[in-house]
Amino acid sequence: MASTTRVRETWRSLRVAAWLGWQIESNWADPFVFAIYSVIKPIAGALILVFMYAVIARDGLENPLFPAIFVGNAFFIYVPTVLSGISWSVIDDREHYGMLKYMYTAPLNVFAYLAGRGIAKAIIASIALVITLLLGIYALRVPVAFSTIDWPMFAGAALCGAAILTFLGIALGGVTLITARHSYYVGEAVAGALYLLCGVVFPLDVLPSWVRWIGQATPLTYWIEAIRRALIGTGSSAILARLSDGALLAITAGSALALSVFAFVIYRLAERRARHLGLIDMQTMY
Amino acid sequence: MSQPSRFTIFWRTVRGRAYPRIIGLQREKSWFFFDVFLPLLQVAAYVYIYRVIEAPTEFVGFVVLGGAMTAYWMNIMWNMASQFYWEKETGNLELYIIAPTSRMAILLGMAIGGIVATTVRASVVILVGLLIFRVPMTVTNVPVFAGVFVTTMVALYGLGMLLSSLFLLFGREAWHMSELLREPIFLVSGFYFPVRALGFAIAAAASIVPITLGLDAMRQLMFPEMLSHLRFLSPHVELALLTGSAVLFVTLAQRSLAFMEAYARREGRLTVRGQ
Repeated sequence: MASTTRVRETWRSLRVAAWLGWQIESNWADPFVFAIYSVIKPIAGALILVFMYAVIARDGLENPLFPAIFVGNAFFIYVPTVLSGISWSVIDDREHYGMLKYMYTAPLNVFAYLAGRGIAKAIIASIALVITLLLGIYALRVPVAFSTIDWPMFAGAALCGAAILTFLGIALGGVTLITARHSYYVGEAVAGALYLLCGVVFPLDVLPSWVRWIGQATPLTYWIEAIRRALIGTGSSAILARLSDGALLAITAGSALALSVFAFVIYRLAERRARHLGLIDMQTMY
Repeated sequence: MSQPSRFTIFWRTVRGRAYPRIIGLQREKSWFFFDVFLPLLQVAAYVYIYRVIEAPTEFVGFVVLGGAMTAYWMNIMWNMASQFYWEKETGNLELYIIAPTSRMAILLGMAIGGIVATTVRASVVILVGLLIFRVPMTVTNVPVFAGVFVTTMVALYGLGMLLSSLFLLFGREAWHMSELLREPIFLVSGFYFPVRALGFAIAAAASIVPITLGLDAMRQLMFPEMLSHLRFLSPHVELALLTGSAVLFVTLAQRSLAFMEAYARREGRLTVRGQ
């Protein structure tokens, strides 16, 4: 009986948070303006890469690395969007709307709530991803074909990636709970570091060895490589090429599992500290 | 007691509004760290792309300079254009309106404070970028380079003042517009590659953002050989255009601010509903 109630509460928290997040993100403009807003940024980001290759690379967009880099960059759209989205929702609720304290007085599951806010952001990122991929496939001849995609691997990688980003976002949400002036940068800084460390726009192999080690210890490196293999049949890194598809997926799934524990522990510790220090209804006026 | 002159009030306002931006540099050191760290991450990622595709070393210099200039653009969007929105949110805008001073003085103070604070950050990005990636960089014509930089700043912050008056009407749109005008501007202004690569017409249209011309001119003065076949216009022409832009934007900002303030007053948009 108690477990059924908990499941219902979790589902309701997830659903309501996703709806609330969607409203906050989208209702400032009419749907047409919002649609343009959602796709212009990622397309511009992708085009920066395209021009860098087109102008400088000896073989331009025919460079063998380009498809893997394009796909990696396209899927990376999720990372800053979801990480910043979840951690920002804590600041937004606490300082902007002054609602965070009421969440703690309501019958909701805080993890599901944060994940729900991430879902709203992920929906926006998905629209941008589809448009970016279509641009790549039809305008830049990135070899992604519906018939050649390894669908089981793609589904596995997508699921694990969603879990990794959600748990990482929740952990950052915990950090945001106990920080004031630095909170604005948390999601963006982590996403920026991951952009470099995970070899999103270049093969991991070119990084200095000590940075490469950090990259190899980062779950999203394996997620992006798995997505590349599923979509275009090849990855970008010689180091990761030693791993079979199964091994890549196993590492990604294992990382997601480990991160779930990590996120839970970090959030609960941060939450306890925030309660002790009276930070849950903090107003820094920044 | 004698009243201070309008001129005195103007300069006191400029100084007073510039002060928190400059002093803020040392009050919140973590912000300084993030303001340097975030552009450097992006710079590093793009440097590695150029290394992978075996681009000449000068392109690394292009990226470092472009990365440093991103700090100015972010400052324009978040701390100039959107500033009146933040002030509206925190209830300061009403105080600005009732204060016996010119709103242009407030904007000028914000601009001067922003230029000083951002120049410190951008210089650190360039220094660290040059040290890490070891790019040889020499300026061939220092007076023209200095002229281009100063004029770019005046034109850019003039644009920021103009945007600030336009954003006066915005609510949450201010936030989203600032977000929106990031990557697309990095693309069309050639922050990470020579703008000429986009074609003359697009580069000309993108010149409305002063950084487009400023970056192209500064790159030409730093890497003359490399830019000989990728230059947009000559540095002297770009300097002349930047001077024109500076005059145009500051004049437009003044007129636009007066118009937008009156309009926002009539439309009831100077305060947040329910505040």
